[in-house]
Amino acid sequence: MMATDEVIRPETQPFAPQGGELVKRHSIVTRIWHWINVLTVLIMLMSGLMIFNAHPRLYWGEFGANPDKAWLEIPETNGVAFPGWVTIPSTYSLADARLWHLAFAWVLALGLLFYLIWGLVRGHIIRDLHIRIAEWKPSHIWQDIKEHAALRFPTGAAALNYNVLQKLAYCGVLFVLLPLIILTGLTMSPNLNAGLTVLLDLFGGRQSARSLHFIAAFGLVGFFLVHITMVILAGPINELRSMITGWYRLPRDKGEAA
Amino acid sequence: MNGPISRRRLLGAGALGAGSLILSGCDKLNSSPGFRSLLQGAEGLHMRSQRLITGDALAREYSEAEMSPLFRANGSTSVEDSTYKRHAATGFSGWALVVDGLVKQPLALPLSALQAMPQRTQITRHDCVEGWSAIGKWQGPQLSAILAKAGLLPTARYAVLHCADVLDGSPYYESIDLIDAFHPQTILAWRMNDKMLPIAHGAPLRLRVERQLGYKQAKYVMRIELRNTLAGLYGGSGGHWEDNRDYPWYAGI
Repeated sequence: MMATDEVIRPETQPFAPQGGELVKRHSIVTRIWHWINVLTVLIMLMSGLMIFNAHPRLYWGEFGANPDKAWLEIPETNGVAFPGWVTIPSTYSLADARLWHLAFAWVLALGLLFYLIWGLVRGHIIRDLHIRIAEWKPSHIWQDIKEHAALRFPTGAAALNYNVLQKLAYCGVLFVLLPLIILTGLTMSPNLNAGLTVLLDLFGGRQSARSLHFIAAFGLVGFFLVHITMVILAGPINELRSMITGWYRLPRDKGEAA
Repeated sequence: MNGPISRRRLLGAGALGAGSLILSGCDKLNSSPGFRSLLQGAEGLHMRSQRLITGDALAREYSEAEMSPLFRANGSTSVEDSTYKRHAATGFSGWALVVDGLVKQPLALPLSALQAMPQRTQITRHDCVEGWSAIGKWQGPQLSAILAKAGLLPTARYAVLHCADVLDGSPYYESIDLIDAFHPQTILAWRMNDKMLPIAHGAPLRLRVERQLGYKQAKYVMRIELRNTLAGLYGGSGGHWEDNRDYPWYAGI
């Protein structure tokens, strides 16, 4: 059954749903991709931090090793830059961390590729994530920032649409951070450097690609923290249910009877 | 306990519990042979897909201006073996590279013979599995020319590089298949950065197989053995790190 649209836009509905009603919010494809990614991104991050422990220095350009100038060096405590409770495996093993990282990389990359193609073909991206011209207006974005800062979230049918900050966050992950982290990962492959020289030039060398890979990883950590905070503020049970079953209860207005 | 606090506590405890469960679960999975072999399946996917995309393409070659000011030496930086030390003391003048196994004509090639062969000079980037890179200049005969001199038997599938160094108590060796062995940039370098290859970098001879990671670039190469299979040789995985640390044999990423 592929009939479920991602977000039911109120203007296409003859009778816009009211606050308190259960609506179908996320399609099965989005939900499966979301939960596979929760696991995959976590494994990629934790095994990636272990790989980083093997050489906790970052450089710009093509080359970079101990005698060269690093732009970032994470100091080691007890012999490691990142402690065992954030790494896979928890005790030092570059080989094992690479085993996890390079296997789950396939899940991440093929998952994103599939989801982007599906999102384009099924209209999810154009319908729900496309940021319209009016939304780009600084005054509109500023208004949304103020609403977020005051923790005033849309209610009723208005809660069906993503607001501009949400769209920016999701588009940032879908079209910037995830593609960047996958492509910079591929640019660290000496074999693919020979086959896809364009990537080497795009990122300005292998060590630049490694630095950007690290920055993108922490960009995803930043997204994760904001995302979790927003889920908790918006009502974790309702949000979790919508990402598991697809069904979302539209928030009521303050004035509406419970 | 009132509602909101207990719910918050529950969420907090749940997150902590999930966190420690993930960690101990991952370590358990990490030592499960079945799960490991599942993860190891990715190695074949990497090799096949990379070779499909890259084909015979050459690794990037850099200009002299792009070279690392100082090329880091890693892994073994000296050799304990007494025969090796004797040869090192005489500048490897009496030393010869042995080529044997599945070849028509086993060879013993002195350093002077290797130096007299057609040479390839390349400035390439060396990428360590740890994450760092260094750009250096390498010179030596192509491995393909040496293999052509010996003549391969039809059953030969791998070139095994036997090395003089012993790392963590076991002899260093590496292996590549014939696709990489016959790649034009695969050379046996005796010269580095316009000087004789230093001992720290693998004198008298170091393999350069430019489209793979640093641990494949075997130093102190003494003998090249052509084989049909890697099974039955040391740990059977085709290299020192592969046998002892479970590194992938194909190191294209």
